Amino acid sequence: MSWAGKILRVNLTAGTCTSEPLKMDWARRYLGQRGLATKYFVEEVDAKVDPLSIDNKIIWATGPLTGTMASTGGRYSVITKGPLTGAIACSNSGGYWGAELKMAGWDMVIVEGRSAKPVYLSISDDVAELRDASHLWGKTVWQTEAIIKTAHQDPLTRVSSIGRAGESLVLYAAIVNDLHRAAGRSGVGAVAGSKNLKAIAVRGTKGVGNIHDPKAFMKVTKEKKQILHDHPVTGQGLPTYGTQVLMNVINETGSLPTRNHRDSQFESASRIGAEAMAEKRPTDGKSQLVTNQACFGCTIACGRISKIDETHFSVVNKPEYWGASGGLEYEAAWALGAAPGVSDLEALQYANLLCNEDGMDPISFGATVGAVFELYEMGVLTKEQIGIEAPFGSAQALCKLAEMTVKCEGFGKEIAQGSKRLTAKYGHPELSMSVKGQEFPAYDARGIQGMGLTYATSNRGACHLRSYTVASEVLGIPVKTDPLVTEGKAELVKAFQDATAAFDSSGICVFTTFAWTTADLAPQVAAACGDEFTLESLTEIGERIWNMERDFNNRAGFTRKDDDLPKRLKTEPAKTGPAKGLVSGIDKMIPEYYEIRGWDQEGRLKPETRARLGL
Amino acid sequence: MQKSLHINPDKCTGCLQCEMACSYENYGIFNTAKSRIKVFDFHHTGRKVPYTCTQCDEAWCLHACPVEAIKIDAATGAKVVLEDVCVGCKVCTIACPFGTVNYVADTGKVQKCDLCGGEPACADACPTGAITYIDASWTGLDRMKQWADKLGNQPSAV
Repeated sequence: MSWAGKILRVNLTAGTCTSEPLKMDWARRYLGQRGLATKYFVEEVDAKVDPLSIDNKIIWATGPLTGTMASTGGRYSVITKGPLTGAIACSNSGGYWGAELKMAGWDMVIVEGRSAKPVYLSISDDVAELRDASHLWGKTVWQTEAIIKTAHQDPLTRVSSIGRAGESLVLYAAIVNDLHRAAGRSGVGAVAGSKNLKAIAVRGTKGVGNIHDPKAFMKVTKEKKQILHDHPVTGQGLPTYGTQVLMNVINETGSLPTRNHRDSQFESASRIGAEAMAEKRPTDGKSQLVTNQACFGCTIACGRISKIDETHFSVVNKPEYWGASGGLEYEAAWALGAAPGVSDLEALQYANLLCNEDGMDPISFGATVGAVFELYEMGVLTKEQIGIEAPFGSAQALCKLAEMTVKCEGFGKEIAQGSKRLTAKYGHPELSMSVKGQEFPAYDARGIQGMGLTYATSNRGACHLRSYTVASEVLGIPVKTDPLVTEGKAELVKAFQDATAAFDSSGICVFTTFAWTTADLAPQVAAACGDEFTLESLTEIGERIWNMERDFNNRAGFTRKDDDLPKRLKTEPAKTGPAKGLVSGIDKMIPEYYEIRGWDQEGRLKPETRARLGL
Repeated sequence: MQKSLHINPDKCTGCLQCEMACSYENYGIFNTAKSRIKVFDFHHTGRKVPYTCTQCDEAWCLHACPVEAIKIDAATGAKVVLEDVCVGCKVCTIACPFGTVNYVADTGKVQKCDLCGGEPACADACPTGAITYIDASWTGLDRMKQWADKLGNQPSAV
């Protein structure tokens, strides 16, 4: 059956840790991880709750395939109401922590209340307890992990924690595990910080058993690994170049948002992409990229391990940054590079290291810096206010603002609020490149029309991981569609959204979907969990999850007007590239999408939709 | 032909498929805590190194055992723990210079790699070829080939 069958409920106010049986009827209808934890969340938490209040809850959740030999089966998600958006938040991470929690015998950890003083949760198989974290408060993620492992005298302990950004309530603070894997977006780290919860340390020695049909599971997971191995993207592109393989590709399609979306192509794209990371530096004769790395159970291994140039201005006399560490991935390289127009690869890696070290989403940070640079160039913000000259392209400003923001010092306090609040404060809300308050990732909605609809309707605010139609519109996976047209995009986005919700709820990485469809996931879930899981049932589970999240957002106060893109993307045509002259056709796609979803004109679930999905 | 596990850390990505395969083979469960092969992640260099028993010919563990619970599998050359004989005294874990024999608290016995009777599950599960099961007398063949390639198989300079 593959679920551990047990959840841990932690009440920080009372200081208690309690074991509960997993509600198996919910598990069969919402699968695990994203879907199942969201079900628990929406049942237990008022949609109107203030995300940073004592009444919000935060859940760390694994899926049924987490901790198994299914390829990429090491994922976990963090579910809460996000402080950046006020919408449902669900951030997914790899590394090794999720599998460790599952091997300790827990499907998920539900955290509620607020501790009077800093604490961390220690889990060793069945034994869970809250421990004092006064000595860890003010420490980075990297320090926290090392201190806990030393104190426990156990190097095999895995740690999921917040850094100073989460403590300081940076609205897009992340939760980081295994040094550089992150539940990165929507500010889940700030919610942990608001509860005075520094970390969850786990050691699991019980393993994952109870597989429904072990022989069938071993056979089918092996067959599916072969598909990943043989596919050009998951077998070659991602292990060799990582997600950074996209930088030049997306730039060529005219969809690389540049200088806060003023432009949609970056003249220096080739200096910050995969090829640049592999090039030998003139200073030390070494490339930034050291090797690739897998997360738990992953046979793709897209992760990048890099070494920064020790002579770069950002790290002179800072040997703590000279070792090999995570980065750069495509989204971070875009947000820290093209969005503020910075082409200094080493500066990007430095800012990326700070984001990992102190737990901060590089996408929202970099995109907000892009907005700050634009306000500076317009003369709205001055050097005195920001603390440094901040024109587009300034690597110095990027690095300094990253240092200030992780610690919420000086102007960093403003950047920590995200672009929506910052641009509104200075009178230019139209310059926030965001939806529902969350900043766009690395695809321009004018050149990839489906991504505009993806952003506008994403339940956690602008996001590429809710329906990655780039796969279809640019890469032709599973079928090629024209990125420049709106026709057919409503159906495409819905199909991607539902399938992704199923993958995100299984314990599997969404990157497998470059080679797999839900038809490849289904037999693996069936062998692990029971024969009732089929392509059809998983697709319905995905749709149910999507609508459950949407319903929560509606109750939180989101309406039709929140499913929209910034004016810039609707009125300022792309200046160059294949999309030259085009704006986003979002207004045309939204009604089509609502119709297909079975929602009314205000974007609310129709009674028949609710009934059909059993919501 | 006797075979041995051959490990090439350059190819290891740290996915731990080998550790899960090992625990599944021996305990019917996915449990890296019960694996007889461990992958070490040296994060400051980015290197990942799988490590397990090399099946020494003159095995310290075997000689140290006071109850003769470690025997040689004639077919594979593996030094195999006889669980029903082992008394859990842990002397072998002290004797082994490499740390690859370890006590299992659940069973009260020690465990070590036994080459899965000649079909090691770790090598089968490794997605990158970092762990292979090859002719014990020619574990250097690949490396020799690389140097041979450099010596005589490159395009001529003139």
